[in-house]
Amino acid sequence: MARAEVQPLRRYLELEAADRFFDRAVQVRVGDLVRGTSLGGGLAGLAGRSVLIATSSQLTSALALIELDGVARRITILPPDVDRAHLNALVADAEIDAVVIDDEGRRGSYNLPICVVCSPGIAPLTESVPAAVGTEWILLTSGTTGVPKMVVHSLAGLAAAIAPRTDNEPMVWGTFYDIRRYGGLQIFLRAVLGGASLILSSAGEPVADHLARLARHGVTHLSGTPSHWRRALMSPEIGKIAPRYVRLSGEISDQAILDNLRAAFPRASIGHAYASTEAGVGFAVNDGLAGFPASFLDGVHDGVEMKIVDGSLCLRSAGAASSYVARRGILRDDDGFVDSGDMVERRGDRYYFVGRRGGIINIGGLKVHPEEVEAVINRHPQVRMSLVRPKRSPFTGAIAIADVVLKSACQRAEDEADVKNEIMTLCRNALPRHKVPAAISIVPALAVAATGKLARRA
Amino acid sequence: MSIKLTIMEQMVQVAREQGRTLAPLRDDLALLDSGLDSLSIAVLVARLEDRLGTDPFTSAEDVHFPVTVGDFVKAYENGAR
Repeated sequence: MARAEVQPLRRYLELEAADRFFDRAVQVRVGDLVRGTSLGGGLAGLAGRSVLIATSSQLTSALALIELDGVARRITILPPDVDRAHLNALVADAEIDAVVIDDEGRRGSYNLPICVVCSPGIAPLTESVPAAVGTEWILLTSGTTGVPKMVVHSLAGLAAAIAPRTDNEPMVWGTFYDIRRYGGLQIFLRAVLGGASLILSSAGEPVADHLARLARHGVTHLSGTPSHWRRALMSPEIGKIAPRYVRLSGEISDQAILDNLRAAFPRASIGHAYASTEAGVGFAVNDGLAGFPASFLDGVHDGVEMKIVDGSLCLRSAGAASSYVARRGILRDDDGFVDSGDMVERRGDRYYFVGRRGGIINIGGLKVHPEEVEAVINRHPQVRMSLVRPKRSPFTGAIAIADVVLKSACQRAEDEADVKNEIMTLCRNALPRHKVPAAISIVPALAVAATGKLARRA
Repeated sequence: MSIKLTIMEQMVQVAREQGRTLAPLRDDLALLDSGLDSLSIAVLVARLEDRLGTDPFTSAEDVHFPVTVGDFVKAYENGAR
């Protein structure tokens, strides 16, 4: 399914006539970049450079990516939530010698030879586009502590899972993800390669406002993590959108969220995809069921081979990253497989994700993945989302505690107690006794990190 | 309800949930002979934190493991003072 030949991103604008990119403040006719530039005369100076894209808005990042692919030697995409204290380490490792910003005021923040300001106003291109080079795309992992790892991709690899379009229907992509992370970047590339429009969120924009804009621009394809979707389902504005395609990835899609989305969008095609910054896109599941068919492990599917080693899913494909920047750590094994650290378990003819290798709670020597307990809790019809976390216990080392957000708040304390008891019963019937949460708290909300994933404390 | 009664009631409740057979509870009964295993005790402590608002075993820097049922109750009663 990989494209036979991948051209610099700017060329796709000529081929597919990508439409408009929107954020809260502006809309841009992206096709104007074919003979225009958003870099104010700075494009030629970035040729062959290692460029940090550090704009504040997603929209200007999108424009800079289109302009610099095939021009810069290397582009490093800085997600907005990265701790600035790590900046010097990132700049040194990726040998960054130029930065693109969109806020004049930040010009002094980067001690780099070249600083170019990107603006959403596209001006005619007076210089010629420098000769095409193969550009390295550097993405940052969303590890919770320490300096993020820098992962080396190419456009061909990033686009490996994106099938050429076979229809001419108008396509309007929306993403709850930030396009400066792997999951969001996939959507950005689908929009550019597929000649679609793209609706981006703006920093600090309330979910309801974002949904209202998605509705106004007629979103047809919408992507986010299960946490994003749970939050969206809590907004009354959800009823205003009617996407043809609903996509989930970035976290485990349990049956409850798939069923809730099916109820909200009865006519949409609903798919959950598996991907990671390091391993690339693994697969998409479109049958409405959680987990994935065991047959995915047989042979090569859409260019991806998978195997399970000590419970962890390992993948090999053209979509995987080639290495970490400066060779910090081993990304692929000798056979080219990337160990995802995502743990799976076989039940019947399907595999189910049970959690992260590092996220295991050890209860008196017995292992519990928070996600497998959350999947059971989320089956309760009144539960919107849940977080299972460890609590220190001198008797067993740790116990599991569940924080639960309900779809609607209970009016009476007795109702809340009833719901807690029902959840407890559900867990006892479905889980071995060490996996049953020791206590359940009903909470008004759960924090979702900037990556769109439920915030789990390390 | 007194702290002691709350604890006794929860011991019975947790033992039932965990499928454990509870010995007749006396102050000098060793906790390990009560029928509650480590997991049951850990769950009991979490449950009591919910009811009594305190966890005397995890909040303290150096943990004194209760040996008897009486020690266990006393840890809560001391914390309440």
